[in-house]
Amino acid sequence: MSSEPKTLFEKVWEQHVVVEPKGEPTVLYIDLQLLHEVTSPQAFEGLRLAGRKVRRPDRSVATVDHNIPTTLEGRLHIVDQIAAKQMTALRKNCADFGIELFDVNSPDQGVVHVVGPELGFTKPGMTIVCGDSHTSTHGAFGALAFGIGTSEVEHVLATQTLPQSTPKTFRISVEGELQHGVTAKDIILAIIGKIGTDGATGCVIEYAGSAIRSLSMEGRMTVCNMSIEAGARAGMIAPDATTFAYLKGRRHSPKGAEWEQAVAEWSKLTTDPGAKFDRELVIDGSTLEPYVSWGTSPGMVAPITAKVPDPAAAATEIERNGFKRALEYMGLKAGTPLEEVSIDRVFIGSCTNGRIEDMRAAARVARGYKVSTHVNAMVVPGSHAVKEQAEAEGLDRIFREAGFEWREPGCSMCLAMNPDVLAPGERCASTSNRNFEGRQGRDSRTHLVSPEMAAAAAIAGHFVDIRTWKVNELATPEVKA
Amino acid sequence: MEKFTTLTSLAMPLDRANVDTDQIIPKQFLKRVERTGYGDFLFFDWRQTPEGKPVAAFVLNDPRYKGAQILVAGKNFACGSSREHAAWALSDFGFRVVIAPTFADIFFSNAGKNGIVLARLSEAQVATLLNNAQTIPGYKLTVSLEEQTVIDSRGFKASFEVDPFRKYCLLEGLDDIGLTLRHAAELDAFEAKHDEAGWLRAK
Ligand code: SF4
Repeated sequence: MSSEPKTLFEKVWEQHVVVEPKGEPTVLYIDLQLLHEVTSPQAFEGLRLAGRKVRRPDRSVATVDHNIPTTLEGRLHIVDQIAAKQMTALRKNCADFGIELFDVNSPDQGVVHVVGPELGFTKPGMTIVCGDSHTSTHGAFGALAFGIGTSEVEHVLATQTLPQSTPKTFRISVEGELQHGVTAKDIILAIIGKIGTDGATGCVIEYAGSAIRSLSMEGRMTVCNMSIEAGARAGMIAPDATTFAYLKGRRHSPKGAEWEQAVAEWSKLTTDPGAKFDRELVIDGSTLEPYVSWGTSPGMVAPITAKVPDPAAAATEIERNGFKRALEYMGLKAGTPLEEVSIDRVFIGSCTNGRIEDMRAAARVARGYKVSTHVNAMVVPGSHAVKEQAEAEGLDRIFREAGFEWREPGCSMCLAMNPDVLAPGERCASTSNRNFEGRQGRDSRTHLVSPEMAAAAAIAGHFVDIRTWKVNELATPEVKA
Repeated sequence: MEKFTTLTSLAMPLDRANVDTDQIIPKQFLKRVERTGYGDFLFFDWRQTPEGKPVAAFVLNDPRYKGAQILVAGKNFACGSSREHAAWALSDFGFRVVIAPTFADIFFSNAGKNGIVLARLSEAQVATLLNNAQTIPGYKLTVSLEEQTVIDSRGFKASFEVDPFRKYCLLEGLDDIGLTLRHAAELDAFEAKHDEAGWLRAK
């Protein structure tokens, strides 16, 4: 071993280099592939056509999430025949090739990036891929995890490797203490707003600093999840005591003596002092505020206390046109205070903010209030496990009493491939990760926010600064935060 | 995969930055289990009104650019979702080349796997090409992968970078899996050793 100081990324990368052919990309070994119904059918078809097998069925696992309805009735009778065909295809593919599947009725079903960590598939130091750009979520454990296309899914199924060129490294340190009401979601929205949606193209980001270290695993996953929205190949956070505490006892976590050995290995996965990054950025966490996106790209964000920006402020002509187009699409006027923007719908869920901690945070805000009469709000847990835990804690009751719908797990309105779709022109406060044109339905208007901000907006009927929210404490606390 | 050497074609200008893959191929078309037939759905929501009428102002519907195989676009082209359907739709529609200042990472790899050449030119060069394609009737470009150049008949000439290995694969139309399997022996040896690391086991 050389004594050169190394970054976390370099350590994980080096452990997975199968071969580095001269003049070609590195052949990188992949420890885990996650599969879902939308981006895998053509990959399996490709294998069949070429007469190839899945090299390591034990290193793949599948779930249905993108298409699946979130009402019980909807799940019993899937009316969308094309979506149903895709789920049937996944079922057949998993059976034919010997891959474990969490099907509609499985207690382990859920959004792929929620299920992976929950069941202990995701572990520090691993290489993880999935035909889904938010695979970066798993980097929260100190894994190198990235989204791939369907041809690459096929490549991994066939060879358990991927040819990869070495990415650049980018360390973003968020230091200091976050203000009350400022969450992991706000950290990542602030970062994307600052560096832009192509600010980290070609890079693997390592998130560091005291504000990142103080986040729970759920919060770290939220941050890493949206790395792709800054253009990054992946996001990573070094594993520590918080990581190990989360992993201990999970179904596929190592047990007994293996656990001790694993922790010893994982503990080495930190960036050595003096290791060099291609780029560095330091952010003062104490200056961050709750953010709201105002446009049609996740980089178009502003603090809740700000006004809808003026396109005239954009630097280039093409950007100015983009701004104008975004405001027109969003039906917003420059100069309007964000707190005055009223909303029609609220979506709390997705692989960004559909975990138990997000449910708790939103419930704490909603407790004892009523959803505004002109708002339809829904909460979609990220997985069955999240749903059960939330119900055990009585969170579903808090939501229902406040007038939120409480749904079955899935991607739901994050990309609206299932029946959960906004009507044209409807404005939604959403805890998901993308506010692209049409993302939540044709001519839908999405504003990205934290779960707390979404819950408060549901009740107020417009965006509010969560820092001024009055939480209804219970005489006998039923919710353990 | 189809080989690529040189192409001369009409250039279609799409003067927008940060075009995301949700726009290139909206989600309702991701439910199909096939790899082909996505061309009709390319830029669907920009091409058609909700009632299904063509949007005349949108460049894909402009008869001047009919048959164009080269698309010129703003920076950060094809950001967002990893859907390879975006590459399938572009290719199915007939595009073999996209020229832009920058491309998103996942799309970069998806395009390569589908024989689409991505040429990164400077913001200024792209602005020139967008302007020419908008203002000069029948404006054509020639893209040579061998030479790594984009030229027109009026003296515009720009060169672009391509990773040598990607270039070789595109020129030869090679299948990646086959290429990796040339290293089967190394892979077997690596895997046997790697499997001993219990802390990296999936299950
Ligand atoms: S919740 Fe949204 S972002 Fe996450 S996997 Fe599902 S569709 Fe993709």
